[in-house]
Amino acid sequence: MLASILASGLAAGAIYALVGVTYNTMFSTSRVMSFTAGQLAMLGGVFGSMFTLKLGLPIVAGLALTLLGCAIIGVITEFVAVRPVLKNLDQHLYVLSTLALALMIQQVTAIKWGTEPQPFPRLIGWGSGVFDEKFWLPVAACVLTIAGLEYLYRRTLVGRAFLAIAEDNFAARALGLPERNLRVASYALAGVIGGVAGFSGGELLLAFFANGALLNFYGFVPVALGGLGNNRGAIIGGLALGLFQQAANFLVGGIFSSVAVFTLFIIVLLAAPQGLFGSSTARRV
Amino acid sequence: MTAVAAAPARTETGALRALLPQLAPFLGILVVAMILPFVSNDYWALIGTRAAIYWVLVSGLNLVVGFAGHLAIGYVALLTLGAYTTSVLVAGNVLPAVPVFAALPVAGCVGAVFGVVVGLPALRLRTFYFAMSTLGFATIVTQIALAWQSVTGGGIGISGPEFPAPFNTAWGYYYLCVGFAAICTWMSANVAHSRFGRALIAVRDAEVAAEATGISKPRMLIAIFLFAGALAAIAGGLFASLQTYITPDAFTFDLSILFFIAILIGGRGSILGPMLGTIILTILPEIAAPLAAWSTFLYAVLLLVIVLVMPGGIAALLDFRNRRPLAANRAIVPRPTALASAMRANAGGRTLSLRGIALSFGNVRAIDGLDLDVAPGRIHGLIGPNGSGKTTTLNVISGYYAAKAGTMKLGDKALPPGMPALRASSGIARTFQTPRVIGEASVLQNVMIGGTIEGEATFVEALLALPRNRRDERRLGAKARALLGVVGLELLADVRADRLQHSELRFIEIARALMLEPDFLLLDEPAAGLSNDEIERLAALIRAISARGTGVLLVEHHADLIFEICDQVTVLNLGRILAAGTPAEIRVHKEVVSAYLGG
Repeated sequence: MLASILASGLAAGAIYALVGVTYNTMFSTSRVMSFTAGQLAMLGGVFGSMFTLKLGLPIVAGLALTLLGCAIIGVITEFVAVRPVLKNLDQHLYVLSTLALALMIQQVTAIKWGTEPQPFPRLIGWGSGVFDEKFWLPVAACVLTIAGLEYLYRRTLVGRAFLAIAEDNFAARALGLPERNLRVASYALAGVIGGVAGFSGGELLLAFFANGALLNFYGFVPVALGGLGNNRGAIIGGLALGLFQQAANFLVGGIFSSVAVFTLFIIVLLAAPQGLFGSSTARRV
Repeated sequence: MTAVAAAPARTETGALRALLPQLAPFLGILVVAMILPFVSNDYWALIGTRAAIYWVLVSGLNLVVGFAGHLAIGYVALLTLGAYTTSVLVAGNVLPAVPVFAALPVAGCVGAVFGVVVGLPALRLRTFYFAMSTLGFATIVTQIALAWQSVTGGGIGISGPEFPAPFNTAWGYYYLCVGFAAICTWMSANVAHSRFGRALIAVRDAEVAAEATGISKPRMLIAIFLFAGALAAIAGGLFASLQTYITPDAFTFDLSILFFIAILIGGRGSILGPMLGTIILTILPEIAAPLAAWSTFLYAVLLLVIVLVMPGGIAALLDFRNRRPLAANRAIVPRPTALASAMRANAGGRTLSLRGIALSFGNVRAIDGLDLDVAPGRIHGLIGPNGSGKTTTLNVISGYYAAKAGTMKLGDKALPPGMPALRASSGIARTFQTPRVIGEASVLQNVMIGGTIEGEATFVEALLALPRNRRDERRLGAKARALLGVVGLELLADVRADRLQHSELRFIEIARALMLEPDFLLLDEPAAGLSNDEIERLAALIRAISARGTGVLLVEHHADLIFEICDQVTVLNLGRILAAGTPAEIRVHKEVVSAYLGG
C-alpha cells in the first residue's frame, strides 16, 4: 500500500505542482492570479486526447499541437482578461475577469467535447504496476519543466528579463525592457506548462472538462502553501499535497481526503497567510 | 442651539421625500410579482418562484459580495446545506419528523453557523484566496452529500419537504416565496442603510480609515456572515420543496455562478441592481430555450463585459442623480462659528504624552527617542523634512505601528501600542496624508462613518429597523449634516464622494474625524493641495476646533500655517527632535533654519 500511496501521491503531486508553477508564471510578470491555470491543464488532457485519439495524429505531433493550443489560450487570457484590468490592480478585477474566461473555457469544452471523461492514449508503454507510466510520466514532466525553467531563468537573456520584471516592474521598464511583450510571452509559457501538466497527467486524470475546476483548487493549494510566485515552494507544496491527499485517500477514504485537504488549506492560510515560504506583507499606512 | 433643534424636523420630511423615489422600483417589482398569477400560466409560476428563492439567497449574499466586497463564489454550498437539512428534518430519516415550518428556522440556524465557518477565512484572506476557499468548500459539500448515503440518500437523493395548504399549489407556493423575498429585501435594505451597512463599505474601500474610526472588522463580518448563511439555508429549504426531489446533481456550481454574477451585474453597494440581476439571469435562459445549455457561458460573457466595460453594473446605469453636473469653481467656505452647535465643548484635562518612543524599519531608525505632549485645547505642530518621521509618529499614536520602545499615555492611563481600532473610543481621531474616503458612498455617508461607534442599536435592531436604530440614524445624520455645514460642504452632502476635488476630500476627512467629538485630532498635512484662500480658512477652522477643547497635532509642510496657528512646535530630523518650543523660538532656531526652513 505504501508503494501505491507514493506512486499515486507523487504523480498527482507533480500535476498539482505544475499547475502551481503555471499560476506563478502568470503571476510573476503581471501580479495576477488567474483562474485559467487549472483550465489550461484540463485542456492539455482534452487537446491531447482530441489530437491523438480523435484525429489519429502521432503522439509527438499531438503533443506539439496541444502545447501550441494551450499557449494560444494563455495568450488569449492575457489579452482578454488580464491586460484590460491591469490599470487598477488594486481593485482586484482580475479575479472576476479571469473567472469569467475560465468559465467560458470550461463551458465550451463541456458542450463541444462532452461532459463524460474520455480516454487518453498510452504514450510510451513502459512500466506496469506502481511503475506504470501514468505514475512516473507526470513526475518526469515536472522534473523536465523545472530543469527547463531553471535553464531559461539562469542562462538566457529572455529568462533574465522575466526575472527582472518579476522583481521590479517599474525599474525593468525604465531599463527599456519590452514589458508588454514579455508579459504576453510569459502567458504563452504558462500555457505550455499547463499543457504539459495536462498532457503528462492525461492517463491519470483522463480528458474530462471538470478537471479544470478541480485542478484550479488543487493547483492553487501549493501556491498558497509555498507563497505567491515562489516556484520552489509550489513544487514542494504540490508534492506534499499529492502525498497527503493520496495517503488520506487510502487510509480514510476519498471523501474525507478532500475534507482533509480543505481543512489543511484553511488552517495553513489562517496561520501563515503569506505561505510557508512567502515574504511579509506590504506597509498599509 | 437653533440649528440642532431645527435639524431633525427637516430631515424627517426630507428623508421621506428622498425615500420615495428609492422605494418606487421595489414597489413596482412587487406589484408585477403580485399580478403575475393573473396573466400567465404554471410555467411562469415555476420561474417566478425560482427567481424569488434565488433572491432570498442573493439578498444576503449581496451584503457579503456587494457591500463587504468579499468574493464568495461558492454560496451554492450553503443552499445545498439548507436544502438537505430541511428535507432530512421533514422526512424524519434521522430524527423524528418535524413540520416544515419548524424545519426551516433550524436550517437557517445551521446555515448561519456554516456561513461563519465559510466566511472566517475572510478575516485574514482577501480576493483570490477567499474566492478559492469558498470554491473549495462548495466542492466538499457536494462530495459529502454524495457520500453520506444514510442521511442524504447519496446519488439517489431524498424527497424535498412538502408545504401544507394553501402553499401546496404552484401559485400558493409562489406567493409564499415572494413573501419571503419581500421580507429579505426589507431586512437587507435595513442593514445596508444602517451604520452596519456603511461600515461594511468602509472596511471594503477604506479599511485603514475604518479602523481609525473604531470599526471592528471581525464583528461586522461575522454578523453579516451569520445573516447571509441563514438566508442561503432558508432559500435551500424552499428550493428543495420546489424541486420536490433533490440529488447532489441539483446543486451545480453554475448556480453559485448565477448568484455571484447577479450581484456584480447589479452593481456593488446596491440592492435594486442585484435584484434586477437575479430576475434577469433567472429568466434569460427561459425566454431563449436553445440557449439553455449555453446559459453559464452567457453568464460568464456578461461577467466579463460588466468587469471590462461597466464596472458599476445596473446600479450605476440607474444612478441618475449622480450624472447631474456639479458646479464648477466651487470654493470651500467653512463656518467655524457653527462648530459650537455641532460639537460639545470638551472638558479636556487629559494630555497625550509620548516619552522616548523609538521605532525602526529594518536598519532605518524612523523615530528615535521622541518626546511629545499634546495638551487639550492647544495646537501642536510637527514639522521636519521628508522622511523625518512625522507621519510615522502619527501612525504610532493611532496604533498602526507598535513602538519598539517608549511609553504613550493619555492622562494617567497608558495607551496600548498597536490596536488602531481602539483609538476612536479613547477619543483620538485622525485624517490621512492621502485622503482615505469611500468614493462610492455619498459625502454624507462618508462623514456618518466617523460616528459608527456612537451607534447604540445592535445588528438585530438594525436588521428589523427597531426604534433605537432609527434614532441612531437620525442623530448621526443630523450631526453629519451639521458638521458638513461647519466645513462648508453641506451642498454636496448627497453627491458621490469620488466626484469631488482633492481639497474637498480633505475637508470630508476633517468632518468625519469631528463626528467623534475627539479629545485629540491628528491632522496629516491637511493643507497639501489647498489654495492659499483655502489654507487661511483651514487655519480658522483648526483654531475653532482647538477652542472647543480638542488637542490638535498638526503635521504640515506649510511653515506659514504652522507658525500662524500653533502653540507649540516640534521639529524632527531623521527621527530625532531637532528643536521644540514656541513658534517664535523655532523661527529663529539656527539649526532649524539651516536644515529645514532655509534662508
